[in-house]
Amino acid sequence: MSALDTPPVTTLDLDEQGLRAVNRTLQEAPDGARFAVTSPGGRHAIAAGLRSAIEVDVHGHAGYYCAGMNQAATVRVHGNVGVGVAENMMSGRVEVHGTAGQSAGATAHGGLLVVEGDAAARCGISLKGADIVVKGSVGHATGFMAQVGRIVIFGDAGPALGDSIYETRIYVRGAASDLGADCVAKEMRDEHRAELAALLAAAGAPDADPGDFRRYGSARTLYHWQAP
Amino acid sequence: MCGIAGLFARSPAVERELGARLADMLEQLADRGPDSAGVALYRDPVGPGATKLSLLRSGPGAGDWAALAGRLGGATVLADHGDHAILRVDGDAAAARAWLSEHALDVSVIAAGTAIELHKRTGRPNVLLDGCGIRAMSATHGLGHTRMATESRVTTAGSHPFSTGEDLCLVHNGSLSNHNRLRRELRRRGIRFATDNDSEVAAGYLTWRLLEGDTLAQALEASLSDLDGFFTFAVATRDGFAVLRDPIACKPAVMAETDAWVAMASEYRAIATLPGAERARVWEPEPARVYSFDRQGVTA
Repeated sequence: MSALDTPPVTTLDLDEQGLRAVNRTLQEAPDGARFAVTSPGGRHAIAAGLRSAIEVDVHGHAGYYCAGMNQAATVRVHGNVGVGVAENMMSGRVEVHGTAGQSAGATAHGGLLVVEGDAAARCGISLKGADIVVKGSVGHATGFMAQVGRIVIFGDAGPALGDSIYETRIYVRGAASDLGADCVAKEMRDEHRAELAALLAAAGAPDADPGDFRRYGSARTLYHWQAP
Repeated sequence: MCGIAGLFARSPAVERELGARLADMLEQLADRGPDSAGVALYRDPVGPGATKLSLLRSGPGAGDWAALAGRLGGATVLADHGDHAILRVDGDAAAARAWLSEHALDVSVIAAGTAIELHKRTGRPNVLLDGCGIRAMSATHGLGHTRMATESRVTTAGSHPFSTGEDLCLVHNGSLSNHNRLRRELRRRGIRFATDNDSEVAAGYLTWRLLEGDTLAQALEASLSDLDGFFTFAVATRDGFAVLRDPIACKPAVMAETDAWVAMASEYRAIATLPGAERARVWEPEPARVYSFDRQGVTA
């Protein structure tokens, strides 16, 4: 595809058009459309509920639930995001070129969330199949009750990592000094190095060495009630 | 829910328009709590031997504050807002309180000190902000609150900020579970409470620690062991400003700073209204970590 085939970028200013109008435009756009969203001003639910393969660049800081419920779209935020970025994402890609507030990627079923900075507490809580790559550190209770999917952490993990985790796999390069209930360090086998290498490449960090990461997951002792 | 905001000026330009800036922040948070609103501003300190009182009339109608000031003796009405007023009195707060408890039973002291001025009212923030002319006020720093009441009545007295000691006040997002027991213990230690509100107990606890000689940061550190519940606090003293979240940190908070100001709010959209916000250093305060600032500089 030559540059001439690339559709032009439509700029949507939130101060001028308001959140509902901007989100409706994005939600009704056809595959391949490209948008720049300006003046986010920390508004909530920017670019939430997208359903087509469009590209959206948000210029500035966003509030809660940015790109929530995303399907197929690529959303890049050039700033920080508040609570619940990409929560319940089904597919597509969300990039945060800044830091993320609590519960980033909560309950997400599919797609890839990349946070270039830190993510606060409860990142990937109740994860249901999406992949999350955080290039900074994460807060406490990251991966709490996470069921399926992968979480990659370049920096340190806060207290109670992977508490009550099911089958999500967590990879940490920094310190993970406090594991939550039923979360244990696990062997890095070839299949894990391979899936981690693919995730790192997808997240734009192909030079990061999978060998520098450790794997954490469920000890599966909470799967069945054990009477004392 | 509740929304809280704090703004601490680092430049004379921000001081001049601090009321307007804090009002902008609070209006952004109105959706987090439409029940009542409050603002504390630290401004125009009175000289030695004098005290500034924020008075609230509990009964219906406006108070005749000038007449009250006349009867109180040596008192000046600095601002008359009808249901509440700011007075300057000669002497200390204790003497004024004693006189008021004898002669003006429908008037309560909601704040006392050298610089603090406290305004609170039921309804959405704009009712208070417009009604009291908050936007025209300068200040060195201030706190604001929009309340969604969960555990005690929607009254003006039950609105935040709560001030329990001289020049100290606190705004709270969250709920405390051990406030009844703590209130009894603090009352035994001489701390005065005006309501059944949980957040007032947090303010009272900090007042007690400060009276015991703690710095604001030390008092907040101690509160992590003694307060049980959910909280994000913003606290101000005459010269200081601090933020603390409980270890679980389920109540939101964002902080930001530039060379001209330090701010905290429940949500970034409140901070986004401040001049230079797009270039500010923005971060989410960590759980159980005290962030404190004073007029001499930053001691985070």
